[in-house]
Amino acid sequence: MKDYKIIEVKRSIFEDNDADARRLREELAAEGTYLLNLMSSPGAGKTTTLKRTISMLKEELKIGIMEADIDSDVDAKAISETGVRTIQIHTGGMCHLDADMTRQGIREFGTHDLDLVVLENVGNLVCPAEFDTGSTKNAMILSVPEGDDKPLKYPLMFSICDVVLINKCDTLCVFDDFCKEAVEERIHKLNPKAEVFFISAKTGEGFEKWIGWLRKELKEYRK
Amino acid sequence: MHELGIVFHIVKSVEEIAAENQASKVNKVVLQIGEVSTIIPYYLKDCWKWKCSKSELMEGCELEIETIPAITFCEDCKETYGTVEYGKICPYCGSEHTYLKQGNEHEIKEIEVT
Repeated sequence: MKDYKIIEVKRSIFEDNDADARRLREELAAEGTYLLNLMSSPGAGKTTTLKRTISMLKEELKIGIMEADIDSDVDAKAISETGVRTIQIHTGGMCHLDADMTRQGIREFGTHDLDLVVLENVGNLVCPAEFDTGSTKNAMILSVPEGDDKPLKYPLMFSICDVVLINKCDTLCVFDDFCKEAVEERIHKLNPKAEVFFISAKTGEGFEKWIGWLRKELKEYRK
Repeated sequence: MHELGIVFHIVKSVEEIAAENQASKVNKVVLQIGEVSTIIPYYLKDCWKWKCSKSELMEGCELEIETIPAITFCEDCKETYGTVEYGKICPYCGSEHTYLKQGNEHEIKEIEVT
C-alpha cells in the first residue's frame, strides 16, 4: 500500500491573498475608511503629489498616510511636515505589500477616525501589481521623464489601476517626445475604465480635476 | 523579484491544505506556472529551499514546476502563435487584435503528503 497520497489542489497561488484582501476591504468599508493604494516607480513624485493633495483636502477630510518602504523613514518625515498622521511601514526587503502586511499597518495605525488613508506602496511597477492590498481603489503615477511607452512595458500595473496620474507635466517642453495622446490611448487599450489626469505636483497644474475625482469617490463611498 | 512573497503565499496555502487532510509531512508540491506569468522558476526554487527549511511540515519538500507555454490568438486571422517569440503583433497577418490564450497561469496543481 502506498504510504503517501496526492491531493489535487488547483488553486491560484494568489488565492489566499485575494481572500484576505476582500476581507480587509469589507472591514474598511464597515468603518467608513477609504484606502487608496498609490503606486509608481521610484522618483515619479508620489510624496510630492501627496503633499499637495493633502494641503488641498486637509480642511475637509481626516487624512492619514501609510508609507511603505524597504527601509528608511525619509518619506514619512516629509509627509509628517504637512500635519497629517503618518506611519512608516518597513517591508524588510520585500518589493511589495500584500493584504496581510497592509492589515498589520492599518491596525497599528488606527484608522477608525480617518476618512481617507493613502498607502504609498513600494516604488516598483512590477510586484505591487500582483498583490491585492485590500485597498478601496488603486492609483498610480507615471512621470513624463519615464516615457510614454511604460504602459506597453508594464501592462499589468496599468490594467489594475482605477486612476493614473501623469506627473511632471511642467517638463513636457524638455521631454518633447512624450506624447500625451499616445500614453492615454495605450492606457485605455489596457484598461478602458481608467481615469487619466495630467498633473504637475510642482506647479499644481491639473490638480483641480484630480482632487475633484477624489472628492467624488469619497462622497460615493460614504453613501 | 517578488518570488519570496509568492513562496510565502504558496507555503501558507499548502499548510492549510495539509492541516485539512491531517497530513504530517508534505513531500512534494506541483505548480503550474505560465511562461509569461512574471514568475521566474529559478528564483522560486531558491526561495523555496530556504522557506521550507524553517518548517517541520515542509522540510525537504520537493518543488516541481510545470511550465505552461504562452500562446496568443489572433482575432483577425484566427491563427495562434508563440507569445514569447512574436509578442502582441500577429506574425501571420500583422494585426494588433490579439490576446493571450494561455501562459499567465500561477496555480498550485497538487501536493503529495504522508
